[in-house]
Amino acid sequence: MAKINLKNLEKSYGKTKVLHDLSFDINEGELIVIVGPSGCGKSTLLRMVAGLEEVNAGSIFIDDKKVNDLEPMERNIAMVFQNYALYPHMTVFQNMSYALKILKIPKDEINSRVQKAAEILELGELLERQPSQLSGGQRQRVAMGRAIVRNPAAFLFDEPLSNLDAKLRVQMRLEIKKLQTQLKTTSLYVTHDQVEAMTLADRMVVMNEGKVEHIGTPLEVYTKPKTLFTAQFIGSPAMNILECECKNGEIILSNGSSLKVNTKHQGRANLGLRPEDFSIDDNGPIKLKIELMELIGANTLFHCRLEKNNEPVVVSIPGVLENKYIGKSVGFSYDNSKIHLFDINSNQRIN
Amino acid sequence: MIEKKKSGYWLSHLGLCLGVLFIFFPVWLAFVGSTVTQDDILQPPYPVLPGPHFFENYSKALFHGGPEGYDTGQISVLKMLINSTIMALGITIGKIIISLLSAFAFVYFRFPGRKTFFWIIFLTLMLPIEVRIVPTYQVAANLGLLNSYTGLIFPLIASATATFLFRQFFLTIPSEMVEAARIDGATPMQFFKDILIPISKTNIAALFVILFVYGFNQYLWPLLITTTPDMQTIVMGIKFMIPTGDDYGHWPTIFSTAMLAMLPPVLIVIGMQKFFVKGLLESDK
Repeated sequence: MAKINLKNLEKSYGKTKVLHDLSFDINEGELIVIVGPSGCGKSTLLRMVAGLEEVNAGSIFIDDKKVNDLEPMERNIAMVFQNYALYPHMTVFQNMSYALKILKIPKDEINSRVQKAAEILELGELLERQPSQLSGGQRQRVAMGRAIVRNPAAFLFDEPLSNLDAKLRVQMRLEIKKLQTQLKTTSLYVTHDQVEAMTLADRMVVMNEGKVEHIGTPLEVYTKPKTLFTAQFIGSPAMNILECECKNGEIILSNGSSLKVNTKHQGRANLGLRPEDFSIDDNGPIKLKIELMELIGANTLFHCRLEKNNEPVVVSIPGVLENKYIGKSVGFSYDNSKIHLFDINSNQRIN
Repeated sequence: MIEKKKSGYWLSHLGLCLGVLFIFFPVWLAFVGSTVTQDDILQPPYPVLPGPHFFENYSKALFHGGPEGYDTGQISVLKMLINSTIMALGITIGKIIISLLSAFAFVYFRFPGRKTFFWIIFLTLMLPIEVRIVPTYQVAANLGLLNSYTGLIFPLIASATATFLFRQFFLTIPSEMVEAARIDGATPMQFFKDILIPISKTNIAALFVILFVYGFNQYLWPLLITTTPDMQTIVMGIKFMIPTGDDYGHWPTIFSTAMLAMLPPVLIVIGMQKFFVKGLLESDK
């Protein structure tokens, strides 16, 4: 177990800057998930912590020790790769024990450590198999076993589940969570899947274009996103963003509808409305023309347009609803405590 | 449909069998020649079925270089086979080790002049040994390598082709493999020994076969570098046995030697066939 501190990290490839002045701390035993769209620099960041990428500026501390110039091995971290990176010619046992063999740990101890890890991961019967004889989920577990046997200061996960099919992904996600709670090893987990991020994270870091947009618990990130980007990135379907005018605790939409809200802000702003916080209400303040309905089982999605000015809005209502709404104009009310307001220029949250 | 398929099947088999017969016929004639007497060969017609002198001809060639009284001034074929095998093994193993190491350097290390060096090596692919044979001979002679195994092997030990092949193969190994090894704490040489070489073993086997045959069939270079009979290789030996001018030569010995000369490469090919084919067909990653 260790804490990791990142201070003013910067990274560029040639003239392209991929990380801008990035700082945050990871507490002992915490699982931090870094989430962001492709190319936001999240994998680069992870690889810098691992020691696979050079640091251009700033410092990385593991347990208060500056590790910028240390080899990956000397940092005492373990990494789980997206494509598992198992050694194809070694058995599962050899794969898991390779790092220990290099450290010249006595055979008995290697055996007992691998056995213990295999037990935790339910790999006991597979120890003599080759990676090519394993299924995707089993390979994933071997990759984790390889990380566990080292007793590292931290685990680094680089999109470890993205090569698995959807069902297995959900199952492995749970297993990783269980494992991490059990071992209490500090972990840094990179993913582009927001569901993975929400379910796994103690705290999550939302990144965009090499900058941190928001650091917080999954609930905070969902309920009080700090920036417009976070608001749109987290949540599915994505949050509706409408331009509006704030006047004395009242929000006036571009088509004239108004909502009550507790804010001192005056003037123009971006209003964020989560699709799932709408409810059908004939007397509701928001009138929407429904163009299309999608029945996805637990919810029904309405693809609508704001009356009068045709701005698109998506609404998600629990349960299966009949198609009778299509082409009709329907009134919706919105839970006013769940209104998100962002500054029109800086895109920062203002309520 | 079925009828059509059948006739195509038999036709293609007929074609293949004819091809095999076509290739095999000279080998068969040589084998027949190695089992009869000199007189049988010199008097037409040439025999088509093996004669009774198999052991006699072979043992004379193998241990004496020819029948008694027939002085070729040569050493036994056994010695030539040994010389050839040592040379071929030396060239093969040397080439594989050197090209593995240089490909490793080119793919996994960033050193100044990396690209330049690679292209220089690549360019030498286009220069066959014959082009540089005079200067190479000069260097070998100055180093005192004439009439030695070192002299036979050393100048042929670097291979641009093999370096290039290994480089291409290493480039297909996912970079995560290196990174995983680095995180596991492997030094570059540990990575090379524990991971890279085992992964490349089918490629190594395929190359081993090709290079062994190449080394075994060397003619020009051994001809230049050796002057004493006891360093002669078998390919040279056969050439010396073949009569020139009015000479008859001793054909049963020549044929026996030719058959024996085929043996080591054939054994290597058969023994490594499994890996050889695998190495050419798939890359086991």
